[in-house]
Amino acid sequence: MIKELKSALLLLLVMTLLTGGIYPALVTGLARAIFPFQSSGSFLEIRGEPVASALVGQPFSERRYFWGRPSATTPMPYHAASSNGSNLGPLNPALEERIKNRIAELASSDPGQSRPIPVDLVTASASGLDPHISPAAALWQLPRVARERNIPESQLKELLVRHTEERTFGLLGEPRVNVMTLNLAMDRLE
Amino acid sequence: MTVNALLQPVLYLVLLMLLAWPLGLLMARVYRDDLPAWLRWLAPVERGIYRLCGIDHGQKMSWSRYARAVLTFNLLGLLTVYLLQRIQAGLPFNPQAMANLAPDSAFNTAVSFASNTNWQGYGGETTMSYLTQMLGLTVQNFLSAATGMAVLAALMRSFTQRETDHIGNFWVDMTRSTIYILLPLSLLLAPVLVGQGVVQTFEPYRTIPLLQPVTYDAPAAGADASPVMAQKTATEQVIALGPTASQVAIKQLGTNGGGFFNVNSAHPLENPTPLSNLLELLAILLIPAAQCITFGRFVGDNRQGVAILAAMTIVFVGLLALCVGAEQAGNPLFQKLGLEVSASDHAPGGNMEGKEVRFGIVNSALWATATTAASNGSVNAMHDSFTPLGGLAPMWLMQLGEVIFGGVGSGLYGMIVFALVGVFVSGLMIGRTPEYLGKKVEAFEMKMASVAILVPCLAVLLGSALAVATEVGRAGIANPGVHGFSEILYAFSSAGNNNGSAFAGLSANSPFYNLMLGVAMLLARYWVIIPVLAIAGSLAAKKSIPPSAGTLPTHTPLFVAVLVGTVIVVGALTFLPALALGPIVEHVQMIAGN
Repeated sequence: MIKELKSALLLLLVMTLLTGGIYPALVTGLARAIFPFQSSGSFLEIRGEPVASALVGQPFSERRYFWGRPSATTPMPYHAASSNGSNLGPLNPALEERIKNRIAELASSDPGQSRPIPVDLVTASASGLDPHISPAAALWQLPRVARERNIPESQLKELLVRHTEERTFGLLGEPRVNVMTLNLAMDRLE
Repeated sequence: MTVNALLQPVLYLVLLMLLAWPLGLLMARVYRDDLPAWLRWLAPVERGIYRLCGIDHGQKMSWSRYARAVLTFNLLGLLTVYLLQRIQAGLPFNPQAMANLAPDSAFNTAVSFASNTNWQGYGGETTMSYLTQMLGLTVQNFLSAATGMAVLAALMRSFTQRETDHIGNFWVDMTRSTIYILLPLSLLLAPVLVGQGVVQTFEPYRTIPLLQPVTYDAPAAGADASPVMAQKTATEQVIALGPTASQVAIKQLGTNGGGFFNVNSAHPLENPTPLSNLLELLAILLIPAAQCITFGRFVGDNRQGVAILAAMTIVFVGLLALCVGAEQAGNPLFQKLGLEVSASDHAPGGNMEGKEVRFGIVNSALWATATTAASNGSVNAMHDSFTPLGGLAPMWLMQLGEVIFGGVGSGLYGMIVFALVGVFVSGLMIGRTPEYLGKKVEAFEMKMASVAILVPCLAVLLGSALAVATEVGRAGIANPGVHGFSEILYAFSSAGNNNGSAFAGLSANSPFYNLMLGVAMLLARYWVIIPVLAIAGSLAAKKSIPPSAGTLPTHTPLFVAVLVGTVIVVGALTFLPALALGPIVEHVQMIAGN
């Protein structure tokens, strides 16, 4: 029994070294060598300063920006050190209230827009950090952003298309617009 | 339903089967000590480990000795994880200066990772140091998975042995599972995930300026120290980082499921693209599916493994269709409010609350089904915000006992237990002595099978009942109405079957839930492992009888139907009343317009 315990303890020690030390260190070394950009968090830099992670969204409420998914992180939205979804059930009255408020806010941001709002633009993402919206949700906001920035809609649409990702291999996932990189690109135009 | 919604799951299943076949054959060779030439260079590592640890790898263990080794090894792992969490503040690799965890939370997490459940009462990026994530959690991701694989190897071996009192050597089965299967696959997967954008670094969290400042309400101390909401403005964003990819690879391959970050694989730095999503999804079911092939090879008849794999796939596809259908149909509220909810090439539509745009409806529902079919429990969408029927699918998959693919090792040994019950029931119906793969199934096997099937059911139902009946239990509920009951039922279904996913609105990081769910996880893990090893011991001691005219063949479509029927009937009889009080009532309320 004692011998058994000793074997168990030693094996745990060796395995800890192997799978908890050598393995993550090896992966980190490989990652840094092959994918230095991705492994450190996909940070976009302007003049050597990080301005955003291309994969993590930021909160947008000003009308000259495209707005991303609603975020349920607390206390601030898009709190990237404390990811969270709303976890509201489908029949929770709080869900209805929040969605109604978001609809009202979108409607007042562009009273002329008469098309129905795509559902992903008023529902909270799972992570609270989703950098993407659907192409439909971006198109819905296009007239407003073009007006606020005094850019022709056609020119803005070109930019929008450049920041649209189609399904991978035409098959996987969903078509999407990266709001984070799109808004960055618009700011750089000016 | 779009064509794409059909193509993605089909592609997934096809790729899964294509990968499972060769891996299954390889695993059979690994456990029979018949390594292919390209793996043989690792053999000295294996022998070195035995020498270092004073293990006699030629020694054969009886089932009770094997069980003692499993329990000892798991207990030591559990204590290590507990200890690491309790003293992490003073240890290195803690750039965010995370504090020590409370005893109840540390106990819950230690049990959770040692038992291959990976229920997360904590939020990864807000509580755990990098060191705890690596030395505690990543290590248990490997070792709890290897434990399950070892127990399965022992059970498979018992079918091929005759009149012996031993079932193999736990240290050898465990070590081989780790160094020939789990480590190489993780080393393959992790760098590919990094290439897709999964972060892998020891650097501290990074602060970046926001493009536009944001105002928000945050609780603050009022005049008389009572909490009030005050408006604050943020101009910066702190982005959590860490050695994520190495942990994500094994969390998926080992059906562990514990996320590096709080929202698990919904986090854009844990699962950034549709391709990373596909790879992580494949990793969830790969080893459980491959083990069916291993089993067939082990017992000398590939069709036996294919029959079990077919039974698993049938149930999987049925519940997948339910989940995708319900989530795409969405919440009638959204239509009432005039939103655009139809799926197209420009928008996912459906119930997008708690889902990421890059995954949309199909990949979120596919993941929810796969992660609960396997006892994985990682999520890429918030199950709590699913529609009632969309949430019923993952909940019921757990309640079926985690045998539809199930955990690595544990899924198939659970399914073999159901096969024994199926054979036994069929034997009674046709009036013959039931036998499975040449082994007579008798009273002892049935007693042990009953324990293995009923203990998790008891943990789920009694635990839920106790939580609903007590003030401390109800205090954790986040959503009003019947959905609150669903949150509790889901939590105990998850812990009581070692899954680990959650209706995450439930505030489960309280002493009550940490303790109750911890106990449920322990019962569900070890009160299945012990009876399964007992069955292995009993089978190994039996003679092997050649099939006769009276033998029920166990590779036919008829047997697949018997197996599916056994699993479904047990799952339905046990849990329909509880499900009726939760998701089913909620669905009726939803279509009736609240």
